[in-house]
Amino acid sequence: MIADHLPVLVVVLPLVGAVATLLAGWADRRLCFPIAMATTVIQFCISLVLLSQVMQTGPLHYNLGNWLPPWGIEYVIDQLNGFVLAVILFLCVLSCLYANRSILSEIDEKKIPAFYTVLLLLVTGVCGIAVTGDLFNLYVFLEISSLAAYALVAIGREKRALISSFTYLVMGSVSACFILLGIGHLYIVTGTLNMADLARVLPPLYGSTVVQTAFIFFIIGLSIKTALFPLHLWLPDAYRYSPSAVTVLLSTIVSKIGVYALIRILFSVFTPSFIIIDIPVMEVFCWLAAAAIIGGSVIAIAQTDLKRMLAYSSVSQMGYILLGIGIADSIAVTGGILHILNHAVMKGCLFMIAGAFIYTSGIRSIEDLRGIARTMPLTAAAFVIAAASMIGIPPTVGFMSKWFIALGALESGQWIFVLVILASSLLTAVYFWKVIEYMYFREPVPACGEAITSARDPPAGMLAPILVLAAACVLFGIFVSIPLEIIVPFVTGILGGT
Amino acid sequence: MIETLVPGLFLRYNYYMAIIIMLIGLYAMIAKGNLMKKIIGLNIFQTAIFLFYISSSDIIGGTAPILTTDPATVYVNPLPHVLILTAIVVAVSTTAVGLALAIRIYEAYGTIEEDELIALEAKE
Repeated sequence: MIADHLPVLVVVLPLVGAVATLLAGWADRRLCFPIAMATTVIQFCISLVLLSQVMQTGPLHYNLGNWLPPWGIEYVIDQLNGFVLAVILFLCVLSCLYANRSILSEIDEKKIPAFYTVLLLLVTGVCGIAVTGDLFNLYVFLEISSLAAYALVAIGREKRALISSFTYLVMGSVSACFILLGIGHLYIVTGTLNMADLARVLPPLYGSTVVQTAFIFFIIGLSIKTALFPLHLWLPDAYRYSPSAVTVLLSTIVSKIGVYALIRILFSVFTPSFIIIDIPVMEVFCWLAAAAIIGGSVIAIAQTDLKRMLAYSSVSQMGYILLGIGIADSIAVTGGILHILNHAVMKGCLFMIAGAFIYTSGIRSIEDLRGIARTMPLTAAAFVIAAASMIGIPPTVGFMSKWFIALGALESGQWIFVLVILASSLLTAVYFWKVIEYMYFREPVPACGEAITSARDPPAGMLAPILVLAAACVLFGIFVSIPLEIIVPFVTGILGGT
Repeated sequence: MIETLVPGLFLRYNYYMAIIIMLIGLYAMIAKGNLMKKIIGLNIFQTAIFLFYISSSDIIGGTAPILTTDPATVYVNPLPHVLILTAIVVAVSTTAVGLALAIRIYEAYGTIEEDELIALEAKE
């Protein structure tokens, strides 16, 4: 009985959890964390059940209120969003565990119930985007998750977080407005909002300027959301000034769901023939992604602040995902989708470590990290593993997705992007090696000597997620066939396979 | 030339108006340094999109979509209106968050002028 309703439960549960957290917070602030934690863990279990059902029986369809599509809202779970849902909720569970300790030093105690409530609202929005098969529903969930994200950025004590949150709000709202306009255009032409229905009705209309305009609106809107290179300006400040746990959530969950929405609209609402032949947008995407990969890496090298460096590195890594999709070769798209998991794991780990450094020693600057590996050996080791994965050293996850994207670029004869990937790997090595060298091979600077010597590995609640993610960096690299088994059927389904 | 342009303009003037209002909002968001004016610009931008949706669904002489026995009744598509009701709720919440942030920025910095904020940040 309840098993039939799992697709909707994954969205309803955090919504109920958010209210429960708020009410429990009035009684006792210590109740908030267990409720939030339990909610995300149950959700993660649900997402695994859903994923295994999808793998066994094919896509699941759930009609809200038993209204048949295209009139009612339909939730559809196929391999792609089953995979994205599981990845996101895995990171949610770990971020929530991490937040329990890290948030204590970064926000006022009376804001803790608010923090967990907004966190669960963010999870609601993100899961909603993942499961919905209705365009307008996607817009509403996008706004729920964005509003929660703006609030989370501003929740810390940092004064500048307010300004970066405001910038994020203005940029995010404009992007949502563009998406809303795109939905409006499509609705005017087709009279339907259901994604599967749109995919059926649209192909004869591909010559229509209204459809093409709608498509451009979607692309611009979602590019701002995913911080594609020239539109990334909100990202570094938002990542830098928000509390560590929030940065982890933003970099792993919010940015990934934007990419998911982009893939969904590119491949499930529109068809590959439209995006490759009718409007050559994929070529533009490739070049923008290449600019993001190189530009992000170059700017990251110049950074002195660890979190800011990781933020620019995120801009570069999102470029990889978009490059994989943009090449539109089935191997490259597989690599791009695989990179959603990989980047979430690696960057989640790195931002957690940056947060751990701030938590135990208060150090934010890369230069001041000299010698910290001696007092925080486990954290530093995890950093090395995740950094190796970012650079793309086998057998880590980062290597696998870069390999697939490069292979796809070669297959489709776009060798210039192979050069981009190689160059960027070297640049990535430059900025991560700098941090590793300071951590392991330098004597502490006198001004920070005491902070370094008194630093210890963070408490178990923070260390456990870091180590789990560092282990995942290696394990998913070795057992890469597990995620591939889920992604490949989806890619074959949309691109016809090779 | 003018004959072909003018009727087109008058036939579709609602869409032209929506686009003009939208651009006014976008201009305010980009050009105005005051955070409050930016929020107002955002609101104008969103309202233009609402106008676009609503006017696209309207039919001259159409009635409310109530089931009648007369098959010749022309009625207005209610779905865009419902969608926009939801979008209005979203817009109101965005404005609320934006205003709350503007208040906290004012408490923290004593100003909501963008250039002054940049100067204050550069000093720190």
